[in-house]
Amino acid sequence: MTSSLPTPAPSRTAPAPAEPPVLEVDDLAVEFRSRRRTVSAVNGISYSVRAGETLAVVGESGSGKSVGAQAVMGILDVPPARITSGQIRFRGDDLLTMSRKEQRAVRGPGIAMVFQDALSALNPVFTVGHQIGELFRVHRGASRGEAREKAIELMERVGIPAARQRVDAYPHQFSGGMRQRVMIAMAIALDPDILIADEPTTALDVTVQAQIMDLLSELQRETGMGMILITHDLGVVNEVADRVAVMYAGSIVENGTVDEVLAEPLHPYTQGLMASMPSLESHGDRLNPVTGTPPDLSAVPSGCAFHPRCPMARFGRAAAPGKDCARNVPVLREVVPGRTAACHYSEELEHE
Amino acid sequence: MGRYVLRRLLLTVPVLLGASLLIFAMVYALPGDPIRALGGDRPLSEAVQAQLRAEYNLDDPLLIQYLKYLAGLVQGDFGTDFSGRPVLDTILDRLPVTVRLALVAVGFEILIGILAGVLAGLRRGSFFDNLVLVSTTVVVSIPVFVLGFLAQYVFGVRLGWFPIAGITQGWYSYVLPGLVLAALSLAYVARLTRTSLAENLQSDYVRTARAKGLSETTVVGKHALRNSLIPVVTFIGADLGALLGGAIVTESVFNIPGLGRAVYDAVLRQEGAVVVGIVTLFVFFYIFFNLVVDVLYAALDPRIRYE
Amino acid sequence: MNEPRTETLDEPTRGEGEHRESFSDRVDDRAEELASAAAAGDIEQAGLWRDAWRQLRRNPFFIVGAVLFLVFAVMAVAPQVFTSVDPRDCSLARSGDGPQPGAPFGYDIQGCDYYANVVHGARISLAIGFLAVLGTLVIGVVVGALAGYYGGWIDSLLARVTDIFYGLPLILGAIILLSVLPERGVLEVSLALIAFGWMTAMRLVRSNVIGVKQADYVQAARALGARTGRIITKHILPNAMAPVLVYSTIAVGTIIASEATLTFLGVGLQLPEISWGLQINAAQNRLRDAPHLILFPSFFLSLTVLAFILMGDALRDALDPKLRR
Repeated sequence: MTSSLPTPAPSRTAPAPAEPPVLEVDDLAVEFRSRRRTVSAVNGISYSVRAGETLAVVGESGSGKSVGAQAVMGILDVPPARITSGQIRFRGDDLLTMSRKEQRAVRGPGIAMVFQDALSALNPVFTVGHQIGELFRVHRGASRGEAREKAIELMERVGIPAARQRVDAYPHQFSGGMRQRVMIAMAIALDPDILIADEPTTALDVTVQAQIMDLLSELQRETGMGMILITHDLGVVNEVADRVAVMYAGSIVENGTVDEVLAEPLHPYTQGLMASMPSLESHGDRLNPVTGTPPDLSAVPSGCAFHPRCPMARFGRAAAPGKDCARNVPVLREVVPGRTAACHYSEELEHE
Repeated sequence: MGRYVLRRLLLTVPVLLGASLLIFAMVYALPGDPIRALGGDRPLSEAVQAQLRAEYNLDDPLLIQYLKYLAGLVQGDFGTDFSGRPVLDTILDRLPVTVRLALVAVGFEILIGILAGVLAGLRRGSFFDNLVLVSTTVVVSIPVFVLGFLAQYVFGVRLGWFPIAGITQGWYSYVLPGLVLAALSLAYVARLTRTSLAENLQSDYVRTARAKGLSETTVVGKHALRNSLIPVVTFIGADLGALLGGAIVTESVFNIPGLGRAVYDAVLRQEGAVVVGIVTLFVFFYIFFNLVVDVLYAALDPRIRYE
Repeated sequence: MNEPRTETLDEPTRGEGEHRESFSDRVDDRAEELASAAAAGDIEQAGLWRDAWRQLRRNPFFIVGAVLFLVFAVMAVAPQVFTSVDPRDCSLARSGDGPQPGAPFGYDIQGCDYYANVVHGARISLAIGFLAVLGTLVIGVVVGALAGYYGGWIDSLLARVTDIFYGLPLILGAIILLSVLPERGVLEVSLALIAFGWMTAMRLVRSNVIGVKQADYVQAARALGARTGRIITKHILPNAMAPVLVYSTIAVGTIIASEATLTFLGVGLQLPEISWGLQINAAQNRLRDAPHLILFPSFFLSLTVLAFILMGDALRDALDPKLRR
């Protein structure tokens, strides 16, 4: 994964639409409550992932992209987090109404997750072999020896050299890239239908980032699993994702296929993100990169949450009726067939 | 690892020497005349005093006295007290009592301290958590000897459940003094466990464990607890060393014939040889258990390896 | 351990400088710049204390501790506020009598009013507490600053000396030292507690000095040619203040407890001083027939210690930014 953009990824053929999505997130909302204040981290987001498909969820830190994924995975700390509405349907069944035991049966074999920082995400006091093998022991009732063999197999599969010798090593004895491979081995151990990768390469050196992304793509091709890739890096999105959902302040502000969104963003925030990518400068030179900081989620600006940073924002008399960016909340709407955006003035971007 | 332990052992030698010299200097160099004190109400004759002085090297300069003492110590000779009894005998006599007391105390730390800490850490902000916070603060604020009297009064005098003094009833007589001796560390263990567990429950790898579909029992009992207990176990290890040497007050209050009581009596009688011998042993325990803890740390936490 | 070190079989963990520049990274960088500007010394210090004070005022534990402290401070300075009875007005006829009208705590073995005696005991406890902690701070700051600032062999030597003192439990060391002194008053007991109690303050100051020494603004002051003494007093010590203050608040409590312990054991204060330790010592054989003689001074003693521990705990929570929500 380099900056040689834009080059279309080789396999971007969406699966037949007749096939139902493996995972459907519907109007999901998550709040964080502390004694003094309540913060809406995710306000009613919806997306779906089909087998073999990669959905990229893009946004700044604090946009709710990780919180949403953690809600899907069922690993939010409750409290302070609370899922206030929505459904998370895995193969048609709502995870939120399942019993804890049923939920646990999905975690691992159904949905698995690769975390950002493998050093802290792996338990420092157990060997990597033990941590990978644990999945087989818990979900498949494997014996100690079987689990160990499976762990070695998986380590080989994710490209860890000398797996047999290193199966009994501890996480801190691996380099960053190798640790992330261990993390991936753990995630794919039980052949999940959905793999959530939460900024899987952020903590890594740039040359290793590409190897890890390649590995993920390769594993996806082999297994046909659906993937949710959470990232702030549009370069990565362009290379590996089929569809993209852009999040801002807990809401999805733009949704569409990667080709279309990156070719012609329909939300000024998406445009700003692209403009801040040096390699995408040629596309984004019409606008300056987004300035300012992401909003404090306990005090989200009125109207469109993005308006204080938006170069296109219009207020009062300058705005069209019912489209005052500081007063009227833009809803996510279909701007062109198959593409949605949450901006009062998307059409203007479309015709630029 | 072996070399590390060896190096650490060598480093303890100057500390042990320094500590024993410090005690030696205090006992022998400061004003006060042990020989005259020995006579008590019936003053000893000049001749007897001179003879005793010579016998205990009291006329030599301090450093020479100390070196002579050390020379004996190296050969396993801790010297004799004024009644002629070898100090080593006293130590061997009293040591088992003190060890038993310390073990009972550590038992309480593990049993009550860790349990209370785990329960509080699992439910931060709950009633039980606040109870642990408040009660540990109160326990820490009560001086050990006061705690001893309180325990004697409530469990001994009022309820009559335990003997209030002596060790005539075997292990049972150690329960109350053990609890009192443990109280301070027990409070600390509870708090340490609580904080450590609460912190680890927030950690990324606990999140990973949940994402693997493990049951909450496994997530907490295996992944979080295994890490949380590392500082707790090492604290308890070091505390064992401190308890072995810190039981003076408890042994006095409960009238237990251990090393703490022996050294206290010797101090009052100005039995220099006994004081220096036992206190040096205490310092050795302290240093030794700290070394054990370092090794324990490496065993428990694979991230720590001594080259 | 014989674990083979299997590090860096492939790539290094993270390359500096090749950081992929993206939108959110830029934002983060800006926030970091702001944070490091704020961290440049005194701005942060002022804010730290202001925030801490704001938090302390809302902490019920601190308020309880502070009120208790004020009560005992008044008791120590002006015991007449609490009792008009002369603690040395005794009559053997009422020796050991229990609480009764006019004598809420009853009478001690000498037949003195026990309430008056217990009230008058506050003064000496607090005096020793403050005096001894002041002493440990002086030694701790001087030795700790020397060790931390100069490092090298000075540090190693001082560390060994500290180890030696650490090996001796506070009470045990003080017992030995005090037992050879014929007269033992406030000064002697305080000195004994200082002699075996300064090490924690020293380690605290040392580690803080080492930490602050590396800070950019201290490096800058040094580069600008500030003298060593000035750097230590103007830059390093003020930054070590917060943890030292937390430590000393709690230490006053533990020192008061230690003094009472020594006095109780018979090697601390001596009659005719009025002290809780002496009162408990005198009453220790009367547990069965006159428990109030132990309970009342014990209660006052424990409350005093509790006051300092409550305040110290609250201070630590308020001054530790990591714990702040």
